[in-house]
Amino acid sequence: MHRIEIEHLTKYYGKSLVLDNVNLTVGVHEVVCLIGASGSGKSTLLRCINDLVPFDEGVVKLDGVSIHDERFAARELYKRIGIVFQSYNLFPHMTVLDNITLAPRRVHQISRTESEAYAHELLELFGLDGFADSYPEQLSGGQQQRVAIIRAMANRPDVLMLDEVTAALDPELIGGVLDVIKNLREQGMTMLIVTHEMGFARDVADRVCFLDGGRILEEASPETLFSRPENPRTRQFLQRIIEAGRL
Amino acid sequence: MTFWRPGPPRRSGRCLRPRDRFLPPIISVTTVLGAIFIVRTIVIRAEQWPRIKAQFFSLPAIIEVFPDVLRGFSINMSVWIVSLVVIALWALALAVFRSLSGPWFTSLRVFAIVYIDLLRGLPSLLLVLLFGFGIPALQIPGLPRSSLFWGAIAMISSYSAYAAEVYRSGMDAVHDGQRAAAKALGLSQGQTLRFAILPQAVRNVLPSLLNLAVALQKDVALLSVLGVRDAVREAQIYTARTFNYSSLIAAAVLFLVATIPMSRLTDYFTKKDRERRLQRTV
Repeated sequence: MHRIEIEHLTKYYGKSLVLDNVNLTVGVHEVVCLIGASGSGKSTLLRCINDLVPFDEGVVKLDGVSIHDERFAARELYKRIGIVFQSYNLFPHMTVLDNITLAPRRVHQISRTESEAYAHELLELFGLDGFADSYPEQLSGGQQQRVAIIRAMANRPDVLMLDEVTAALDPELIGGVLDVIKNLREQGMTMLIVTHEMGFARDVADRVCFLDGGRILEEASPETLFSRPENPRTRQFLQRIIEAGRL
Repeated sequence: MTFWRPGPPRRSGRCLRPRDRFLPPIISVTTVLGAIFIVRTIVIRAEQWPRIKAQFFSLPAIIEVFPDVLRGFSINMSVWIVSLVVIALWALALAVFRSLSGPWFTSLRVFAIVYIDLLRGLPSLLLVLLFGFGIPALQIPGLPRSSLFWGAIAMISSYSAYAAEVYRSGMDAVHDGQRAAAKALGLSQGQTLRFAILPQAVRNVLPSLLNLAVALQKDVALLSVLGVRDAVREAQIYTARTFNYSSLIAAAVLFLVATIPMSRLTDYFTKKDRERRLQRTV
């Protein structure tokens, strides 16, 4: 059973082709990492999957149903697919707790008591108990990013998409965020992760996809892709990463 | 061969030598006072000064007219306060109309754009005259005929156009990522505005809005052209009766008493706003 199926997804920004006939599936409880150079279409692909940006051709299905089906009207899609951005995008004028409970309370009509109880549970799980009443600017970048992940998890999504969530963080803060993601994986969360942390992708992914020029050039298990890449572009990309000391 | 040698230790403000501590302020204060003194001397030596002094700065006249001017001024302040509240809400509505996207809101968006273009493009004085004399003359049953009412509506309409643009700049200043995050969490367009964008936008533009409030505080005097007996009108009435202009000075003093605290308040919020931004970037 596939949680997400992407068939022939094509997208243009103006005249430039950013996604070129992408086909990808993500199974239930599967963790798929998307790697590739900047501008290869990784982030755009994530944004197409939860309809943040429109695409031109192809179809995206969640549990076998197209995301443009009327069953996904009324915010159902955003509840089922959570996304976390590189720049956290927490609401600066709200406390951590309000950030987390905003969508459950206002969009999904869950009572304050219930949504706050779940928020506290998540905060504790990810080592942030005690920060519920803090404002985002009082937290470190790594803590803010963990709050952003919790905020996405508070909707109890079926799929979590992470868009370069460690790219804006100081090296010593990355670990805490990656631990959260590993924790989520152990709990069986289905995840689609765009990352530049190759070591992390190797540890956490069931499958790794290499994107280049809007196409998936190679798709394999992390062991295969990182040690025996077939495509010359993949080899070249990984070579550069290794030279930069990031694998 | 030269070696770098440490210079004399930098002095912080507290342990300056007396000469360094007192000389700069003494020089700056005497310069300014000197300049003021020269201007004053020129004015006082003017041939017509005694006449002007009696006509503009007559203390007995000011005392005599003061109760009337003060009563007029209370009208200025009431109009100001009521207008402020209405403008704050109406301008926010206009800014929101203008920001809405989607085919359902096209008419509201176009309305807001046309409204802002028209009312920002017309002099306030002209609007006050048009509304204050024109609309009561229509004699539409049920509508108020008071020129004070319609004059105030004119001021509100005109200032709302400016305030709407201020709000809009505040909304534009909220980072795009905030909208994306709100959308990805499932918030509707209205919820995104209400919970994510507007609270930040209003905080961004509070100093600019207060600045507009100070401007309006004086501009309500425009209603005097409609015959509304505000402070300026009362002053003019006294002048017409006695040929003494001191009443205008009385009105001027009242306006200053009201606007200067507002200006200080604006400065205070501007400073707080700057500190908040600095804190965020650090």
